[in-house]
Amino acid sequence: MRGAEPKVTLDLALEAGLTAEEYDRILSRLRREPTYAELGLFSALWSEHCAYKHSRVFLSRLPQSGPHVLQGPGENAGAVDIGDGWAVVFKIESHNHPSYIEPFQGAATGVGGILRDIFTMGARPIAILDSLRFGDPDDPKTRALVNGVVSGISWYGNCFGCPTVGGEIAFAPDYAGNPLVNVMCVGLVRADQIFRARAEGPGNPVFYVGNKTGRDGIHGATMASATFDEHAEERRPTVQVGDPFTEKLLLEACLEVMRTGAVVGIQDMGAAGLACCTSEMPARSGTGMDVELSRVPQRETGMTPYEILLSESQERMLLVAARGREEEVRRVFARWELDAVEIGRVTEGSELTARLHGEVVARVPVELLAEAPKYRKPTAEPAWLAERRAFDPLTLPEPSDYTAALAELLASPTIASKEWAFRQYDQQVGINTLVLPGSDAAVLRVKGTRRALAVSTDGNGRQVFLDPRQGAAMAVCEAARNVSCSGGDPRGVTDCLNFGSPERPEILWQFAEAIEGIAMACRALDLPVVGGNVSFYNETSGRAVLPTPVIGVVGVLEESGRRATQWFKGAGHRVALLGPDSVSLGGSEYLWVRQGKLAGRLAPLDLETEGRVQRAVRAAVSAGLCTAAHDCSEGGVAVALAEGCVTGRELVGCEATVPAGGRADLTLFGEGPSRVVVTVEAARAREFEALMAESAIPWRWIGATGGERLVIRVGSAVVIDADTSQLEAAWRTGFERHVA
Amino acid sequence: MRFGVVVFPGTWSDCDFHYVISEVLHQPVRYVWHRERTLNELDCVILPGGFSYGDYLRAGAVAGRSPVVEALREFVAGGGLVLGSCNGFQILCEAGLLPGVLTRNECLQYRCQSSHLVVENVDTPFTRGLRAGQVLTMPISHGEGKYYADAETLARLKQQNLVVFRYADADGRITKASNPNGSLDNIAGVVNPEGTVLGLMPHPERASESAIGGTDGLLMFQSLLGSLVEDGSFLKR
Repeated sequence: MRGAEPKVTLDLALEAGLTAEEYDRILSRLRREPTYAELGLFSALWSEHCAYKHSRVFLSRLPQSGPHVLQGPGENAGAVDIGDGWAVVFKIESHNHPSYIEPFQGAATGVGGILRDIFTMGARPIAILDSLRFGDPDDPKTRALVNGVVSGISWYGNCFGCPTVGGEIAFAPDYAGNPLVNVMCVGLVRADQIFRARAEGPGNPVFYVGNKTGRDGIHGATMASATFDEHAEERRPTVQVGDPFTEKLLLEACLEVMRTGAVVGIQDMGAAGLACCTSEMPARSGTGMDVELSRVPQRETGMTPYEILLSESQERMLLVAARGREEEVRRVFARWELDAVEIGRVTEGSELTARLHGEVVARVPVELLAEAPKYRKPTAEPAWLAERRAFDPLTLPEPSDYTAALAELLASPTIASKEWAFRQYDQQVGINTLVLPGSDAAVLRVKGTRRALAVSTDGNGRQVFLDPRQGAAMAVCEAARNVSCSGGDPRGVTDCLNFGSPERPEILWQFAEAIEGIAMACRALDLPVVGGNVSFYNETSGRAVLPTPVIGVVGVLEESGRRATQWFKGAGHRVALLGPDSVSLGGSEYLWVRQGKLAGRLAPLDLETEGRVQRAVRAAVSAGLCTAAHDCSEGGVAVALAEGCVTGRELVGCEATVPAGGRADLTLFGEGPSRVVVTVEAARAREFEALMAESAIPWRWIGATGGERLVIRVGSAVVIDADTSQLEAAWRTGFERHVA
Repeated sequence: MRFGVVVFPGTWSDCDFHYVISEVLHQPVRYVWHRERTLNELDCVILPGGFSYGDYLRAGAVAGRSPVVEALREFVAGGGLVLGSCNGFQILCEAGLLPGVLTRNECLQYRCQSSHLVVENVDTPFTRGLRAGQVLTMPISHGEGKYYADAETLARLKQQNLVVFRYADADGRITKASNPNGSLDNIAGVVNPEGTVLGLMPHPERASESAIGGTDGLLMFQSLLGSLVEDGSFLKR
């Protein structure tokens, strides 16, 4: 073994992020001290980021199978059958830690990483969605972070050539030290041509393809597995640097080489780079791997085995080819001017052997690397939660001017138009986008078929904070409801779970409860979770983010033309409110915007009603009965109606009456699950009524579109009366004035 | 009419043009690799959008000196038609096949949005099916689309009627507010004096189906087909 590298001791292991117990376990299994390179392998592969040490016992609660599932969790991404021989491959991933340290490259490489997860499966990426959370919008640091993150996403996604079609941007002071950058990618592949990250067939050659290896991103996985303190910026060298052009070449080369039939398995070198691929791929296949590190293409000199194994340089893949077909692989990558170097072989047995100039620098059983310890750490409901929940928002004064209150909500940066961000993203390349960003879900056609996909991401940290179980269930419901409102039948879920440190019992309690909530909602709505990502340690100096599970849902429209958007389409359409009346100001946007308060109880969630409402709205949209359909979320029914009026190409007025009972602010701005506003052409009202009667859901007509004002009565009293152009101005400028 | 769609490393509108030409217009089309030097059998070559060679230098600067663009000079000299959109327009300017340059958007940000174009010159095979003053709606998607030319070039452009499209509002008025990138004189597209090489920043292929961004882009393709089918004069020039 090489003498130049440090001798491994317990102190060094602790420094590398392992615990004393974990180090003992390594010693006893290896029956010797690990080499420095081996310590690096364990440090990366046993990090929370790679190994899900604290979350695995909980994640097994999620429903992961179903009749349409072609690939569940455990691969680069999940896959679901959508009919006509096509499958959709999708996944969401976080890049929170790097984006705080270096927003532009952090967000850019977040996009790059998830794109590779999709195309390693053989799928061509067709859509990106970004779910972003930032601190107080008035803080100048927030502005810098928003600008950095948005331009990073724009730069990478646009240059690569995948449209960004959706996502959300929300603000709360709890994200100040830890913004969330979650990126979801959706790809299309023939259902019988999905590739997997496996190293089958001893003797098969192992190819390194793509970008060269440098020293960037070393320790990225361990960095993402610790909390930040005031020295976070010093970790900048652990952030990777992206090259979207090389990624585009890698995409084309990978899809081309896959078509040759010479590829046995392939995996993206993401977190923990080569270390991760050379252990996970054989571990999945019951094989081993023997690699020569000096053959790895490098763009820096003098890199040590440790550095080569742990580098997180971007735009690289490890590919196992069929023996004898090496030339075909080389030819394709040469055409795209990318490196494709044979660095080793798949072996019998189950060891990873890494050599440098023939000398063994690491030899470890792959299942030991792949099977990190699992923990079930203690959970405890936070002591302060009961008090927060006990708060009654109705003890606060009622607004004197409801029209002004509505305008204020529309101007809230969480609700207001995100056009400032979206116009920096290419939304159309690929010419599939039927519904551009700005409606409940984006809709993309599947060329060569009559079908389309509807995709949405959602997650309300405030609701999860107050009630992790129900809040997380509501996030699943909302994402699925958004897909349903667009006409899509939800087929699968991917989740990105953003939490603080799991070593704190109250955080782990939030996590465990949230998982239960997601599982509950997914079972009720028949939605398998086919992949996702856990991001722990989102806290700085002891302050954790709001617990934020972000839920991505993909749905299928059998007829791409039978879809709906959220904005009203003109005068004379009747307006209906579907779903239950129960709402709450607890955890609402209204309570936050007006009072700066995060407290209270959530409105009850009835999953059976939720399912029925979604089925009803899908049936109505796919029967062509709805000229608009819009989920009621932040800001309640008043904001949903106002968005119907102002978010389309033309302003459309509306008069609506909601039943009196309780305070008007609760009725108008209260938030509750399972509620949808739809519009129906007057001539088809009967047909719609019949369909609703069949659906057995609570619903009522509440008004009609037309005119230039939004007038809302509560009972017989006019409570809101606003010029739509004034509401539009509030909505259009509310986000931009904080970030531009 | 035989179309070729050029593929540089980093091109991404190639598939979209290919789709529109083959599936919407039902015309023969093939991809042209950036190293190819023979374009003889084609009638019209498309330079699509994207980030050719990464565009880490100036947009289009490397592609403007690539083998296929060298072949394009001969193709143009022989009367072949060339349509460059987005990155294709940048490449044509960098190659000197069209006058002017495209620089960083005035807002210093990428812009993807719908734009209105007023048609200024209908004496080209790409626009002869349109009316002068007609307003078209097509999306733009670029970070470097601010057209610039020196005073002398601009005077020549005007004198020879080489400006084909200008950014306008929905009613066809040329205003500062309707200029999405700060282009000189709201210029969105120009043509060579022979009328055979057209470059524009907007994306006609993203406006060629009613379900996807409307059909104003298709009008350009239809003009092109009409030009060739009817008399073929542009081929023989």
